[in-house]
Amino acid sequence: MSLTTTSTTAAVPPASAPALDDPLLVLPGNPPAADPVDAPALWQGFPAAAREGLAEAGVAWSDVMPGGGHWSWRLRRGTVLRLVALDAGLNASLVLYAAHDKLERYNMPDSLKAQHTAHYSRGHVLMSDMGRAMASIVQDSLGWHDPLGALMDTAWMQRRYGEQRYGEHRNAMHRSGKDGLLIEIGKHGLARRDLIAPVNLFSKVTVDEEGRFAFHAGHARAGDFVDLRLDMDVVLAISTAPHPLDPATTYPRRRLGLAAWQAGPAAADDVCRRFRGENARALRNTDLLYL
Amino acid sequence: MNTPTPTAPPSAAAIRLHESPLAPADAVSDTHHPAGEPILFRVNKGQTLRIEDVEGNQAADVIFYNADDLAEHYSATDTMLQQGGIYLTTGSVLMSNEGRPMLTLTADTCGRHDTLGGACAAESNTVRYALRKKYMHSCRDNYLIALQHADIGLGKRDLVPNINFFMNVPVTADGGLTFADGVSGPGKYVEMRAEMDLWVLISNCPQLNNPCNGWNPTPIRLLVWDPA
Repeated sequence: MSLTTTSTTAAVPPASAPALDDPLLVLPGNPPAADPVDAPALWQGFPAAAREGLAEAGVAWSDVMPGGGHWSWRLRRGTVLRLVALDAGLNASLVLYAAHDKLERYNMPDSLKAQHTAHYSRGHVLMSDMGRAMASIVQDSLGWHDPLGALMDTAWMQRRYGEQRYGEHRNAMHRSGKDGLLIEIGKHGLARRDLIAPVNLFSKVTVDEEGRFAFHAGHARAGDFVDLRLDMDVVLAISTAPHPLDPATTYPRRRLGLAAWQAGPAAADDVCRRFRGENARALRNTDLLYL
Repeated sequence: MNTPTPTAPPSAAAIRLHESPLAPADAVSDTHHPAGEPILFRVNKGQTLRIEDVEGNQAADVIFYNADDLAEHYSATDTMLQQGGIYLTTGSVLMSNEGRPMLTLTADTCGRHDTLGGACAAESNTVRYALRKKYMHSCRDNYLIALQHADIGLGKRDLVPNINFFMNVPVTADGGLTFADGVSGPGKYVEMRAEMDLWVLISNCPQLNNPCNGWNPTPIRLLVWDPA
């Protein structure tokens, strides 16, 4: 599988591939009574670079998240979730909570200091506050995802993009990343005090000598993807609202593709287990939950 | 309170030294806080809190909560986003998860403090050092025992990413996180004015596995002044 995808992928999807319209802006029709489950293999329409390995993997489900959208899933250990930038410049803010005890959650400082990193890529592990691996980055075409946790709230969004509310704009209203994640964690019994610093997948923020942020606009190209293997059963929530440091002057709507399959827990020679000793110990701590 | 707009230039700086005009003799409280122990106490709006690194190279791990709404806590990410950078120094405004100013750093003779490194925990020690380090003492155990005894409605879910006063954790241009030393020293202090009524939760860090306390955890001094 290529790690250095460079094309902006004008690759032609299979003839049978379903349309990947933004489902908030182009509403899908209702399914016919004779075929009532509208779960097309959306992954077949992903850019060619992001379809690598999917046919062989046995995709269990796939989805297209609209720009500015939000959703959450309960996913079990051994599942791999591929996240695909369907539009260049995508940001996907991701939070993780342990399904067995939502007091256990992804911890930004613990993950960063354990791996001495201020960016995430292949080999890195997202760790909980209980010293356990929650998810591992087993494949990545970008080389940099932003772990510094910035999340756009509604006040920031309105200063940046103006007010765009439901009454005038219907499904094209603006939702902040923070509100999107608050809705999602609320579905799982969590409140505003439980909202953690997210990982901003597909975004790149560097820090200069003064400690100041520099946002790299357009970091993700269409077709870039990252594969997250869940190391424990989790509740995973995502918002596709823009990164608060994105200099775009209109609220960017960029779609996220998702595909999931079963790959099983990290093997002894797993890329993340071998990445560094800290990751091996965090994965070992998780393994003890599943003896 | 000046609220920066997202288009404002970042106010963050690597280091900004500023001495305080306040005299310890005028403080309403002056507490010697021993090595390795936690403390939970109130500081009210308008009061100034000083934390002094008495012997040098001692990390003070601190979380702030709104005393009137315990779901509102210090937010490392909102603080970094509002000032446009990662280091805390004179002029930094410590923001809450509700996007409101909680405190303003008014003086700083150390010059740089960390909010990315978080607090040590028995569990994270197993990851960072060795599985069998898990019985050593840690900041998050300290936080929990302080909150358990106080029983004011705060618990594990409220142990959010904290501030490490007197710690230097630079991020490199290529996205590395490093633990550098040598910013703090004996008698250096940081001072901050409360912008709301607060609970202050401090663990005077007991970590012995890395040089964040110079391999020798030492006391800190806590002073509070009323508004002039």
